[in-house]
This record gives sequence, structure tokens and C-alpha cells, in this order.
Amino acid sequence: MFGRLTWDAIPFNQPIPLITSLVVIAVLGAVAIWITVNKWWPYLWNEYITSTDHKRIGIMYIVLALVMLVRGFADAIMMRAQQSLAIGQSQGYLPPEHYNQIFSAHGTIMIFFVAMPFVIGFMNFVVPLQLGVRDVAFPTMNNVSFWLTASGVLLVNMSLFLGEFARTGWLAFPPLSEKAFSPGVGVDYYLVALQISGVGTLLTGVNFVTTILKTRAPGMSYMRMPVFCWTALASNLLIIAAFPVLTVTLALLMLDRYLGFHFFTNDGGGNSMLYMNLIWVWGHPEVYILVLPAFGIYSEVVSTFSGKPLFGYRSMVFATLAICILAFTVWLHHFFTMGAGADVNAFFGIASMLIGIPTGVKIYNWLFTMYGGRVRFNVPMYYAIGFMLTFVIGGLTGVLLAIPPVDFIVHNSLFLVAHFHQVIIGGVVFAVMAGYTYWFPKAFGFTLDERLGKAVFWCWFIGFHLAFMPLYVLGFWGATRRMQHIPDPTWAPLLNIALVGAAIIGLGIALTVVQLIYSINTRDQRRDVTGDPWDGRTLEWLTLSPPPHYNFAVLPDVHGEEAYWTRKQTAIKLDKLIDEPNYQPIEMPLNTPVGVICAFFASVCGFAIIWYIWWLAILGLIGAFAIFVWYAWRDEHEHIIPLEEVRENARERRRIRMEHLHELSQST
Amino acid sequence: MSTHAEAAIVGLTHGGSEDTGLGQRGPASKSIVVPYGFWLFVLSDMVLFSALFATYASLVHATDGGPITNQVFHRDLVAVETIALLVSSFVCGLAMITAKRANMFWTQVWLLVTALLGLVFLYIEISEFAGMIAIGAAPQRSAFLSAFFTLVGCHGLHVTCGLLWIGTMMAQIWAKGFQPHIVRRLLCLSVFWHALDIIWVAIFTIVYLIGTLP
Repeated sequence: MFGRLTWDAIPFNQPIPLITSLVVIAVLGAVAIWITVNKWWPYLWNEYITSTDHKRIGIMYIVLALVMLVRGFADAIMMRAQQSLAIGQSQGYLPPEHYNQIFSAHGTIMIFFVAMPFVIGFMNFVVPLQLGVRDVAFPTMNNVSFWLTASGVLLVNMSLFLGEFARTGWLAFPPLSEKAFSPGVGVDYYLVALQISGVGTLLTGVNFVTTILKTRAPGMSYMRMPVFCWTALASNLLIIAAFPVLTVTLALLMLDRYLGFHFFTNDGGGNSMLYMNLIWVWGHPEVYILVLPAFGIYSEVVSTFSGKPLFGYRSMVFATLAICILAFTVWLHHFFTMGAGADVNAFFGIASMLIGIPTGVKIYNWLFTMYGGRVRFNVPMYYAIGFMLTFVIGGLTGVLLAIPPVDFIVHNSLFLVAHFHQVIIGGVVFAVMAGYTYWFPKAFGFTLDERLGKAVFWCWFIGFHLAFMPLYVLGFWGATRRMQHIPDPTWAPLLNIALVGAAIIGLGIALTVVQLIYSINTRDQRRDVTGDPWDGRTLEWLTLSPPPHYNFAVLPDVHGEEAYWTRKQTAIKLDKLIDEPNYQPIEMPLNTPVGVICAFFASVCGFAIIWYIWWLAILGLIGAFAIFVWYAWRDEHEHIIPLEEVRENARERRRIRMEHLHELSQST
Repeated sequence: MSTHAEAAIVGLTHGGSEDTGLGQRGPASKSIVVPYGFWLFVLSDMVLFSALFATYASLVHATDGGPITNQVFHRDLVAVETIALLVSSFVCGLAMITAKRANMFWTQVWLLVTALLGLVFLYIEISEFAGMIAIGAAPQRSAFLSAFFTLVGCHGLHVTCGLLWIGTMMAQIWAKGFQPHIVRRLLCLSVFWHALDIIWVAIFTIVYLIGTLP
């Protein structure tokens, strides 16, 4: 009846996961009660859960990412603590089977459920606003995408309380991840959760490529798109081309595990190196899926806070697309030690180094944007400069790793761990923190506290360098990654420094929460009444903060490369806005529960597959199909926002903007 | 006057530019955006199949002492299968023509014939699979057979989904008539069905034709 699911699945004899799960369940329960007592469910249901508004969906993605960041960080600090404790005679406090789950969960969560939702969240929130349109191409599908991602999150975290998580590392390499060596539910949790969230990500890719290529404001030609939109386009093209490969790879491993196929097994002619090739054909582009939008965020931030147009806009676009293409030519550098031979390794080594060229172009462009500008040192700019310092070092260690002979020495060592954390934290995390600060006022109508924001930055910056610079040295000394026990006591000082660094990052994460609460409590002092708190240059700053559901009363007519800046300067010079346009009623998509219901069935089906409860799996599939047919049968597709409402809101916005621009006009 | 009627008068109900160029004249209309997005999805499906083809190509000789391609494939059976699928694609095209003319009877007939031919295809495929398993050429036997069953089976799964979709569309046209959004869905369905043909041609060549060379 319940397949493999018995009472043994609950870890009664393991205090750490048991207590953690009980605390998590208690916190979730408390939050649910709090929402119920305050009667917030209808608001949440109507304004967020069922919303097809790209801004709301973007916010949900980012909240999800922030919550999962805490989870992923908890894993990280446990690993650091274990490596500082389990030295020489001591075995530390985490047994190997638990430690192995923790590093696997850390990597899986940080990439799939922190970095990805963060980046996709920003694309959701920002891209339609920057393109000057009202929503993405497929608003309902956008909601479905989010909830499928959330379904993956649910399953991964469920493994804490029911059963176990994979002990195979974040990419579940066979043959270790095959049934013969990992018979438990851990790898199944991993596979099913990633399959479900992967579908969500693929749909996001389709949605955003269509949005960027087919729905832009009049006059917004390709070469007038903000660089963030370009990087979002490149990132989503990579999603379309890479995520199906992930789906296939995981599906083949599932077939091996569930039906006894022989793709990657040691017997039956299986070939585990095929898995390495397939997973990295997805895995390397995935790096650029994350980092290209990050580059886009830096481009917006550096240009805005330097008060200058982005230096080398065209070269930035070409560099982005060059990286987009090169992303598919380097996957083999993840396993130079496979033994493909000198020629193959040389090709992939050189291809990997080539990526440094367009990336270098970008770094110089940001530097030249700052050069001669009037740089304002707000929090996002701190992150941008911190990024340039950190990322260049991370890039250089990457070029080192791209040399096959060097890679043979430091392969799978802590040197590698230090390298990829340096590019992902220094590149992606700094970017999302910059973007969080930069676009927060647009989303909620007030800015975040600057002093606390700077404190958070210094925690991340100092904490990162303390936590990971020692790992480069340890890597050279021969420390491999994923060690539950440290045999050499001379490594202790550096590991302790790394632990201190991780603790400082933890302080930064805690201060982020403090900053958020403090900023909400003091929001009246920091209202963004103008809609343009940073003197921005792109179209999202044209509308109010927070923008109305429909973003723009009339789609802006774009002239010149910097759509909003051009408009703003003209208005300041003439001390008047463009003539009032002819307002019309606006058609907007309706809310829909289809996403959350579909994700419910996906979660049920996924859970059933993990635990071999086949009748429930079939029920889940039928439910998912039924909800789609039900949705396809609807007659009402859109609702109309009446002319009076549009006109009234637009006139109010014009009045506010006129006042603001008039002030600017007087001061210049 | 209701707000919907008001919107219809100002031309918003299916508003947007019909421009198929570079999109500088504002957002494209739904009749462009929807098929465009669906095309992108089909492209991603092609990538999915390309990964399966790559897997098949790298494992085709990993037979582990079990049956090889020549011993398990039958060209004649596959020829019938191929004809059924290609003709169903043609009939699907007929359904699209009659749908454009809003001809309920013939659209239903052609969709039904499309689905029946799809069923013939599936029946042959399933009996081929059953026959192979009966002689010990099951997917668990070797990496080659794993790859074969997965590649061809994944295409079969797509055909099955297509059949479910055809059934749903027939019911929908019947219940709701040829509304613009339903015709758009039909268009996507036919794109999907033709795409399955393209993939089948590749399977036919790479798996069956090359696999039955003497």
C-alpha cells in the first residue's frame, strides 16, 4: 500500500535531522497560524499564490531563494564545523553517512534552489519592466513554473524528515548513485525533485525568450534593450538548449535505478563516463545561466551609480552572446582526468581559456563605465566593486584549472572548491544581493537601510575571503574535497580560519534579516515617492514604485539607447512631460490556481515515485492532466481594467513625476 | 456597455502587432506569440531527443554479448509503422485546412483519422517491443537495448501524449467551436505532430536503416 514508506523512514535515532525537522515543522506551523490569525490567507491567495503578475511571481522566487539560502548555509556551517572538529584522533560530530548527505544537499540546494530562483526571480521582476511591457508572454505558465520549482524545494526538504538525501555529491555521479551502491531513497529524492523543478525552469526559458524576442515596447529594437535583458535572453536560450539534456540524463539514471536498465552501470555494457559527459553538457552552460544575468545586474548598477551610459554597450552584447555560444564547447574540462587524450584535453582547455576573453571585455567595460563618472557609493555599487575584485581572482584560478596538467594535480581538491565558490559567490551571490538592494524600492516602494546594507556587504566580502582563500592553499597541500575526517593536524589553522569566515558570512545573512525588518519598520522615512530613487536609466524607473499591476498606462515609445534616461533628460530640459497620451482600457490576464494545483499533483506524484507507491503516482498524473483540461476549458481569459482607473492612476503618476522633474529642472 | 465589449471596440481583445519582423513596433499579437513560444518548446524537445540519439550512438555497440541490431530489427514492420505516421501527419494537415474554414464535420473526421493512424503506429511499436522482450532482448539485457528502448520509447511516449491531446482538442472544438484561442491550440498540436515525424525520420534512419545494414 505505501511502498517503501514505513515508520523507519523517520530518523528517530538521529538527533540532528530529527530535531532540525521538528524545528522546521514548528516554524512552518507558527507561520501558518500567524497568517491565519491575521486573516492573510485571502490576500496571499489572491495577490501572490494565484497571481499571474510577473512582479509578484518574481518576488515569490526571491523569497524562496532567501529561505533556501538559510537552509543551504546551515549545511555549509555544519560542514565547516565538522572539518574543524574532526582532525586527527577526533571524529567530529557528524557520522560519514550524514556528512555525505549534507554536502550533497548543500550543493543541490545552493545551485538549484538558491541561485536559480534568485536569478529567475530577478528576470521575472525586471525584464518586462525594462522592455516596457505589461507582462511576460505566458503569464499563467510563469505561475506554473514557479510552483513546479517550489515543488522541487518541498521534496528536497522533505528528505530531511522522511528517509534520507543523496550521499553522492550534488551531481549524483554513477556508479555510486546506481541502485547497487545507493539503494536508499536519497538519490530518488534528488532525481525526482530536480526533474520536477527542471520542467519549471524549461518553461521559464521558453517564456522569457518569447517575451524578449516578441513582446517589447514600440521602438525597443534589439540594440536598445538594456544589457540585463540581453543577458536574460542569453541565459534563457541556454536554458532551452541545456535543460532538456539534464532531463534526459536524470531520466536515464532513473531508468537504471527503477527498471534495471544499463546506461551507467558497471555491468551490462553501461558506461558511467557517458553520464559525466551528459551531465556536464548541461552543467557547464548552467554556470552561465546563473552568471550572465548576474553580469546584467552589474551592468545596470555600474551604469546607474556612475551616472554614465554603459561603456561599450555593443561589445557587452557581443561578449554576452559569445559566452552563450562558448558555454557549450567546454564541458569536458570538468573531467580532464577521464583520459580522453592530450588532443581532446587541449581542445577543451583552450576553449575554456577563450571564455576569459569576452569576460575580460566585460570587466574592462565596467571599469571604463566608472572611469570619469560621478560614482555614488550606494550598497549595490559596493557589491559591484567587490565583485570585480573577487571575480577576477576566481577567473584567474579558473584559467589555471583550464590547463589540463594543472588540473591533473588539483582535480577534486579544495583548490577547485575555492575556485567555484569564488566565481559563484563573488559573481552570482554578490549580484543578487546588489539586485535585491537595487530593485527593492521598485518592488515595495521604500528603500532598504544603507548602513545595515553596507554591514551585510562587508560580512559577505570579508567572510568570503576568509572562508575560501585558505582552501586554495589547502588544495595545493593535497586536501581533497568532501572529507568527513581530516587526517593531517597541520591543516587545522587554515580550516579554522575558513570556519571563522563562514561564521562571518552567517552574520551577514542574519544582518540581512535584521535589515529587512528594520527597513520595514522605518519605511515611512524611506518612501520612494518618485519611482526613480537611484536616478535610473532604464524603463522600470519610469513607472511608480511599486508599479501598478499593468506596469505602464501606455506602452512607452522608445527613442535612443537609454529609453528612460533620454525621456527624463528631455523632460528636465523642457520642464514638461510629453503630451498626455490617449489612454485606453487595459486587458490583463486573470489569476489562476492552476499552477499551485498542478504543483500539488506533481509533488504527490513525485513523492509516490520516490517511495514506490505506484497507485498514488498514477493518481497524481491523472490529477495533473485533469487540471490542465479544466484550465483549457475556461472561457474568461482576461479581465479589463476600466479606462477611468487607468486614466486616474496615470494622471496621478504624471503629477508626481512632473513635480520631481521640475525640481531637477530647477536644480540644474 | 460591458467592459469586454468596450475593449473589443478599441481593438484590444486580441490586440498587438501582426509584425513578424524584429519586434520594434511593439508587442506581437497572440497569434504570433503563442506559436512562437510553442516552437521554442519543440526546439527544446529536439534537444532532448538529440541527447537520447547521442546516448544511443555511444552505446549501440555495447551489447554485452547479447543481441545486436541486425538480430532484433525488422525493416518491413518499421516501414508500415513509418507510413502510418507520415500519412497521419498529412491527414493532420488536412484537419488544419478544414479547421481554418471552420468545418466542424471534416475537422473532426480528419483529427479522428490522424489519431487512428497514430494508434496503428503505437500498436506496431508496442508489439515490436513485446516481441523483442519475448526473445530475451529486453532493455535490461544490455546497454544497447536500454538505449534503444529509451530512444524509441520516448518517441512513443510523445505520440501517446499527442493522442491524448488530439482527443482533448476534438472534445474542445466540439464543445466550444472554432474560437481563435482554440484554433491556435490546434496549430500548436499540428506543429507537435509534425515534429514527431521529423524525429521519427531520424530514428528510422539512425536506428533502423543503419541498424539493419547487412
